[in-house]
Amino acid sequence: MPMFTKLAHKTSTAAKSSGQTAAKTAAAAAAAKGNVTSPAGKHFLDNTRWQKRLQKELMSLLKEPPPGVTVDVDQAHTKLTEWVVHMEGAAGTLYEGEKFQLQFKFSPKYPFDSPEVIFVGENIPIHPHIYSNGHICLSILTEDWSPALSVQAICLSIISMLSSCKEKKRPPDNSYYVKTCSANPKKTKWWYHDDTV
Amino acid sequence: MDSDEEYLYDCDSGNESSGDDVGLEFEIEGEGESGSSRYRETTENYPYEVLSTEDITRHMIDCIKEVNSVVNIPVTTTRILLNHFKWDKEKLMERFYDGDQEKLFSEAHVVSPFKTPSKSQRVPVKTSNGMEECEICFLNMPSAMMTGIECGHRFCTNCWTEYLTTKIIDEGMGQTISCAAHSCSILVDDHTVMRLIVDPKVKLKYQHLITKSFVECNRLLRWCPYPDCNYAIKVQYPDVQPVMCKCRNVFCFNCGENWHDPVKCHLLRHWIKKCDDDSETSNWIAANTKECPKCKVTIEKDGGCNHMVCKNQSCKADFCWVCLGPWEPHGSSWYSCNRYDEDEAKQARDAQEKSRAALQRYLFYCNRYMNHMQSLKFEHKLYASVKEKMEEMQQHNMSWIEVQFLKKGCRHPV
Ligand SMILES: [Zn+2]
Ligand SMILES: [Zn+2]
Ligand SMILES: [Zn+2]
Ligand SMILES: [Zn+2]
Ligand SMILES: [Zn+2]
Ligand SMILES: [Zn+2]
Repeated sequence: MPMFTKLAHKTSTAAKSSGQTAAKTAAAAAAAKGNVTSPAGKHFLDNTRWQKRLQKELMSLLKEPPPGVTVDVDQAHTKLTEWVVHMEGAAGTLYEGEKFQLQFKFSPKYPFDSPEVIFVGENIPIHPHIYSNGHICLSILTEDWSPALSVQAICLSIISMLSSCKEKKRPPDNSYYVKTCSANPKKTKWWYHDDTV
Repeated sequence: MDSDEEYLYDCDSGNESSGDDVGLEFEIEGEGESGSSRYRETTENYPYEVLSTEDITRHMIDCIKEVNSVVNIPVTTTRILLNHFKWDKEKLMERFYDGDQEKLFSEAHVVSPFKTPSKSQRVPVKTSNGMEECEICFLNMPSAMMTGIECGHRFCTNCWTEYLTTKIIDEGMGQTISCAAHSCSILVDDHTVMRLIVDPKVKLKYQHLITKSFVECNRLLRWCPYPDCNYAIKVQYPDVQPVMCKCRNVFCFNCGENWHDPVKCHLLRHWIKKCDDDSETSNWIAANTKECPKCKVTIEKDGGCNHMVCKNQSCKADFCWVCLGPWEPHGSSWYSCNRYDEDEAKQARDAQEKSRAALQRYLFYCNRYMNHMQSLKFEHKLYASVKEKMEEMQQHNMSWIEVQFLKKGCRHPV
């Protein structure tokens, strides 16, 4: 197994050496009720492993991009955790001929943590699930994210979301949401009420 | 792993073959006489027991064993089913024997144990050299490094471990962690989790999450609400009854608040919420608003200069936000008031104070009630009914707030 690198849980070893039995039992009991914030502290992904995965994703997006999709390679090479993806409205859809830009941001916990994906630039698609600030209401970007999904899968979902649109309009709560939301769409508690549009 | 002195229960993951293994892998060391240490209590014919965290685990294992003595399915499946039915054994049995079993399994997000083994149905992504590609880390692995669960989804062991750790530590999930594959809702059973997690701290957190959800979804159990108390009360039937914990805290089994006879649980909850909201609202009003010195509507200033013009069409008073005196003598000193000590201004502020007194009175009662509740929590005292007081407050002051708060008539001109 040449490419295999072992995971290192940086916090686990430090905790073992201290042997305060009583304190631990108490802490354990407290944790059972949820009174302890985080018994295991922070854990870190193996850096090289997720970097490799991102690099592979970048390569496959270059080699076999979904129709109308091009990734800004130079940008991705300067900062592997921030990509810009150009997207063209597919022929025969309401967005034919339009050009859009998607921004992807990957946290150190990617792919276990979903990437932050928003539309940026001049032209934000007018769509019932896309807010005028570029935030997208799409469940795989938050709740339904799986580490087995990828940038490619997200692009495909967004393309199909755009392609199936029957009427160009903003979400009904657009002006309120845009005024009050956080800059990071992942902080929004989305409720995915209709998946048919 | 010798965890006797470290943790509440052992999490030995090496004895998968042992026939009596309840799958939980939570084993309590020592005495076999289960339940002997439980503290039995009764208040006027309402029998209940006080359980320690060890007792809770033992009780959980007993529940699983009891079902498994009747139903012949893997213990891990029993656990998921029991959790699905909020640990109501009777309900589970009823559905198991009277209903559509396949439907039951799919509702509980578990693979039917009666289906012929179909793990190989899903063909792993094999590369030419007999290696499999992990769809999470995108690395090629020898098959021995890959782990699949009941639904047939396979990922490398490292990715599984990392995935489960993220769910447990970052998202606080226990019983409800589903498969890592996209749109697969099959739950990862506790046995698999305990086998894949290496870090003892993560294992411990997982066990705690399981215990926590066991108590919280079980209608016959309730945690003692006293801060840092880790006992739970177990009853034979849920009811609005006072129960006393080993820590001497007395609370209502039904709602978990301090015993509140004769007020009904939902009324009490209503009140606590209302008081919380109101004291916040009122504090905000006190800090951020004033009343128009002429017509008395509540106004809120959101930046800008001190020159205010009342928006109430029948008032349209011109005044200064700082001293509340008429604006005219201020002239063009838009941002700083130099008339604070003038008589006119003083009079206006006196009037304001009177009106504020009502708000203060309300706040006083509200805070007193909250403090009262707080001190009760710490002194373990039963408290007399505060119902009349609450109603009194409501009649006198609530209406005042409600009327005033809604009338935001005045704004400074643009
Ligand atoms: Zn992997
Ligand atoms: Zn699966
Ligand atoms: Zn207690
Ligand atoms: Zn109650
Ligand atoms: Zn006025
Ligand atoms: Zn003034």
